[in-house]
Amino acid sequence: MELLAFGDTGWGDELFRATLMTIAVSITAMLIGFSFAAIFTPLKLSKFKSLNLIANVYTTVIRGVPELLVIYLFFFGGSGAIMFVASMFGYNEYIEINAFVTGSFAIGIISGAYSTEVFRGAIQSIDKGQFEAAKVLGLSKFKQFYKIILPQMLRLAIPNLSNVWQITLKDTSLISVTGLVEIMRQSYIAAGSTRDPLFFYSFAAVLYLLLTFLSMKMINKLEVKYSRGY
Amino acid sequence: MDFELMINSFPKLLNAAVITLKLLSVSLIVGLFIGLLFAILRLNKNVFINKFAYGYSYVFRGTPLLVQIFIIYFGLGQIESLRSSFLWVILKEPYWCAIIAFALNTGAYTSEILRSAFQTIKPGMIEAGKSLGIPSKIIFYKIQIPIAIRQSLPAYGNEIILMMKGTSLASTVTIMDLTGVAKYIISTTFKPIEVFIVAGGIYLFMTFVIHNVIKFLEKKYSFN
Repeated sequence: MELLAFGDTGWGDELFRATLMTIAVSITAMLIGFSFAAIFTPLKLSKFKSLNLIANVYTTVIRGVPELLVIYLFFFGGSGAIMFVASMFGYNEYIEINAFVTGSFAIGIISGAYSTEVFRGAIQSIDKGQFEAAKVLGLSKFKQFYKIILPQMLRLAIPNLSNVWQITLKDTSLISVTGLVEIMRQSYIAAGSTRDPLFFYSFAAVLYLLLTFLSMKMINKLEVKYSRGY
Repeated sequence: MDFELMINSFPKLLNAAVITLKLLSVSLIVGLFIGLLFAILRLNKNVFINKFAYGYSYVFRGTPLLVQIFIIYFGLGQIESLRSSFLWVILKEPYWCAIIAFALNTGAYTSEILRSAFQTIKPGMIEAGKSLGIPSKIIFYKIQIPIAIRQSLPAYGNEIILMMKGTSLASTVTIMDLTGVAKYIISTTFKPIEVFIVAGGIYLFMTFVIHNVIKFLEKKYSFN
């Protein structure tokens, strides 16, 4: 227990901060994933074959390639790509993007591919009559989606989104290879300096279990909220 | 685009893909047995056995695979009695540590897949077997297991693909699998995009093959 003391003697405060970092990266990645899904879900459902193809390439590639490989691509390629864009605007200095941004983007793109599939499935399982009724009521396109389709879609999507959240949360452990100090990286540091890897990695496992357990509780509440009336 | 690098690294990455496939196949075979065992334990009426099996799958599905590998590879070596036992021959090798972690992990997911498959078997089929006077052991092996396997094929196919992606974590414990070699080439040449295209292409090809084999099996064992 001494090992977990807060302050200079133990690793409690470091691990606490690392846990907050894991939560922060997971939420950021999930939100980035949602924005990707917001772009690619309409492409998937579009009438145009070429747009479908773009979205299919995105989801197939990301879901067929290991997460670690994607992270390495971003870790080693991220600042290069940014510098390339910057050089087009005449800026030629070295740019380094921090591990939080790279990590959230890498995990976000992965999580976005899963979210896209979830949203696509949810929209496709909404009854056709709902779309027609929305049109017949003479609502604007935006209102049709925002007031009628979106609430129904969310209800159908939440159970699967909770799976995506779990995957995303666990994937953030892989960002530790880029040096971002989240649970895994902090445990690695603590294990190295105390020579007690068994304890710290087991404790990391407990922290992840706690995070998945608590987030499941919260998502269940959301699920109840969005299935009012059913 | 450095096409020369892409062509040069292709054979190296292909060789590494063989290690990925080895890791995958060994852990899937071991994991299938673990999964079947725990699925049967989950259906047991004894509360303790039942809870134990549930706890196993909950812990392994609720924590990242990376933590599991690190506990087994870095953590277990700390236990003195383990170091002096015959098990150390296996546990000091990163290759076997990775396989143990993968097998336990895929075993947890497989047990859930098989459990739900067992539960969807219609009671009428078991009753039909009973009324024909077939002993319950044979009902289990000849009726329940084949139906459960058929039922779980689509979900298990997904699990195989997830596991294939999971084997990339072996590179974190010094194994030079496809991702390990890809990372090595990236960090020596600083050409991440080229290497990603080649290595990712090999992974996608393997995903494609697995996907189609499962589809073929599903068709072959479908009820109609």
